[in-house]
Amino acid sequence: MLPESSLVLGLSFEVKTETGSTATAQQGHELLLFEALREGLEEEMERDPTVCVIGEDVGHYGGSYKVTKGMAEKFGDLRLLDTPIAENSFTGMAIGAAMTGLRPIVEGMNMGFLLLAFNQIANNCGMLHYTSGGQFTIPIVIRGPGGVGKQLGAEHSQRLESYFQSVPGLQMVACSTPYNAKGLMKAAIRSENPVILFEHVLLYNLKERIPDEEYVLCLEEAELVRPGQDITILTYSRMRHHVLQAVKTLVSKGYDPEVIDIRSLKPFDLFAIGNSVKKTHKVLIVEECMRTGGIGASLRAAIMENFFDELDAPIGCLSSQDVPTPYAGPLEDLTVVQPPQIVFAVEQLCKH
Amino acid sequence: MASQLLRRAGKLINVSASATKNLASSLAPISQANRSFASAAEDTNPITIEIAVPYKAHKCEPPSLLATTTPQELVQFFKTMFLMRRMEIAADSLYKSKFIRGFCHLYDGQEAVCVGMEAALTKTDCIVTAYRDHCIHLGRGGTVKEIMSELMGRKDGCSLGKGGSMHMYKKENNFYGGNGIVGAQTPLGAGLAFAQKYSKVEGVTLAMYGDGAANQGQLFEAMNIAALWDLPVIFVCENNHYGMGTAEWRSAKSPEYYRRGDYVPGLKVDGMDALAVKQAVKYAKEYALTKGAFVLEMDTYRYHGHSMSDPGSTYRTRDEISGVRQERDPIERIRKLLLAKEIVTVADLKNMEKEAKKEVDDAVAQAKPDPSELLSHIYVKGLGTEVFGPDRKEFTAVLP
Repeated sequence: MLPESSLVLGLSFEVKTETGSTATAQQGHELLLFEALREGLEEEMERDPTVCVIGEDVGHYGGSYKVTKGMAEKFGDLRLLDTPIAENSFTGMAIGAAMTGLRPIVEGMNMGFLLLAFNQIANNCGMLHYTSGGQFTIPIVIRGPGGVGKQLGAEHSQRLESYFQSVPGLQMVACSTPYNAKGLMKAAIRSENPVILFEHVLLYNLKERIPDEEYVLCLEEAELVRPGQDITILTYSRMRHHVLQAVKTLVSKGYDPEVIDIRSLKPFDLFAIGNSVKKTHKVLIVEECMRTGGIGASLRAAIMENFFDELDAPIGCLSSQDVPTPYAGPLEDLTVVQPPQIVFAVEQLCKH
Repeated sequence: MASQLLRRAGKLINVSASATKNLASSLAPISQANRSFASAAEDTNPITIEIAVPYKAHKCEPPSLLATTTPQELVQFFKTMFLMRRMEIAADSLYKSKFIRGFCHLYDGQEAVCVGMEAALTKTDCIVTAYRDHCIHLGRGGTVKEIMSELMGRKDGCSLGKGGSMHMYKKENNFYGGNGIVGAQTPLGAGLAFAQKYSKVEGVTLAMYGDGAANQGQLFEAMNIAALWDLPVIFVCENNHYGMGTAEWRSAKSPEYYRRGDYVPGLKVDGMDALAVKQAVKYAKEYALTKGAFVLEMDTYRYHGHSMSDPGSTYRTRDEISGVRQERDPIERIRKLLLAKEIVTVADLKNMEKEAKKEVDDAVAQAKPDPSELLSHIYVKGLGTEVFGPDRKEFTAVLP
């Protein structure tokens, strides 16, 4: 049975099994998340000659996470452009190229490096459509791995979604499975708006079976991962998998949580979220962002404004600690939300 | 300190003081006397003018000092530069009467750079510049009316009133603005050239910046990638010798901005001479189309302060400003040339000036800004996302 997700906004929910695969037994093909990204990228580059990739080591090296492996041989050096280590200028260059009609994809080797291009992304990328009175569109995709990895150190464990979320004009999406990685990559490339696609360092080797047919997901839609009655758990990226682990424990304890992967970090899919809140009346947000000023903070505000009367309990929010990520493994684990904490939080909220 | 200022002021004025002497000697009056203005405006017979101030070259051969032009072109130079000057002065008085707000950076004094560039380019070539963009927009096919409307925040401004002084663009003529952050436009320029190379368009990009931006790291990054990939980009440094309130000798170890490209060849040009600018840009365009990146430094001057919030006299002497105005003004230079070559009469020039003043005055009368433009053009395709006003009770709108 093919999933119903399509370009239509709002009504299509896909019901998925807990591991996230959607196709029946032997249809489709299995691959890892980075291969899914590559598939989406290749299909779009074949379809549209104006699509090109700009970033460090994307060409001859094949990408530091192998997302563009083999593509430079196929498409040439101009379309898989190896840049010097100069994020500010090559992001600016991509934006300038996008203004003329090209569709570049900027790869940050690690999302944290894109902080060096913050001015270009915030001022030029996000705002040029507005300040030019609609003359220019910037159909750019900025993507790269972010999030807390395995002891990568503080500067390589950044969560940039919190910094970019208030820039008007930017769209932000986060992928979490091979299926949605490929679909979101294709949708982001086809979008006329600048889109930041957040991938996660630890998810690149996730394996899943995806359809053989071409599919494009909707950038602004959330994904219903597990329907339930007791509580709505909103999450994205790596935390989706921590939540699903916790759900196993919760189900064995007799709870029935509804899990939604919000996917669209800006703007939020308040339609899907609202429908869930109206059903369960309790919300727990589980995110990897810092507590202060993170996606969870904005999401709580949005839910409270729009669905206050539906809530039976205060909105719970589990976020990372407001500390630079330490190098030592046990300390690093303490900064990020772990499944036992999720189980505990759900138990507390369900007492209301 | 004052003596230092005076010494450096002298340097700026004397750049072409000797040059004006050369100018006089290079003028040979045309034998036909009393030609009518109408015929002069259409006259395309080539004439040769010797450029007064020699070029300084870095890793290339300088172009010839003999520029060919036509009476028609010279008349056009005069008209356009005078129009630009009137427009900027009108903006000055509108700002003082609070019709224009925020930041307003005026270009008077630097007109020759814009006009000389346009004479050597086509509309397939791209231009990107910083915030001193009113005249560049005019040169790229903008009208005084849409510039004035934009400055006053009106809906028929070139950016629908949403960009303001620093965000003027003209997509159909490949003018990419209009950028507020110093230096951020230089990587954009490299991107435009990259797109030209990618799509095999026969054109160059002029990435303009000032002496202040010349110290930005992203400029060096952009020059590196432009040279590395042979992008057809010409980096044009409009050196007006002051980065806001700081003179170039106080902010740059080396004021030789045409050499800053290191492995990228460069030329230093007298930016107050429209013909010298045209000659240099023609030369640079040919280089960029065949070989790759090039740097042009335009030695120019701005009469106003950095912006309307800056009186422009605390870091330089009034004598310096009036000295440059007397010795090197670009409009006066063309005026003297036109009269000496007997292409037009004094009366013709007065008529042209009157027409320009009228055009500017007419453009200044406009409609009120329209609040409905606030929420459009945030996203390209509509998302149906709702927006609330600050009190969440009265004002809601759906983003189109």
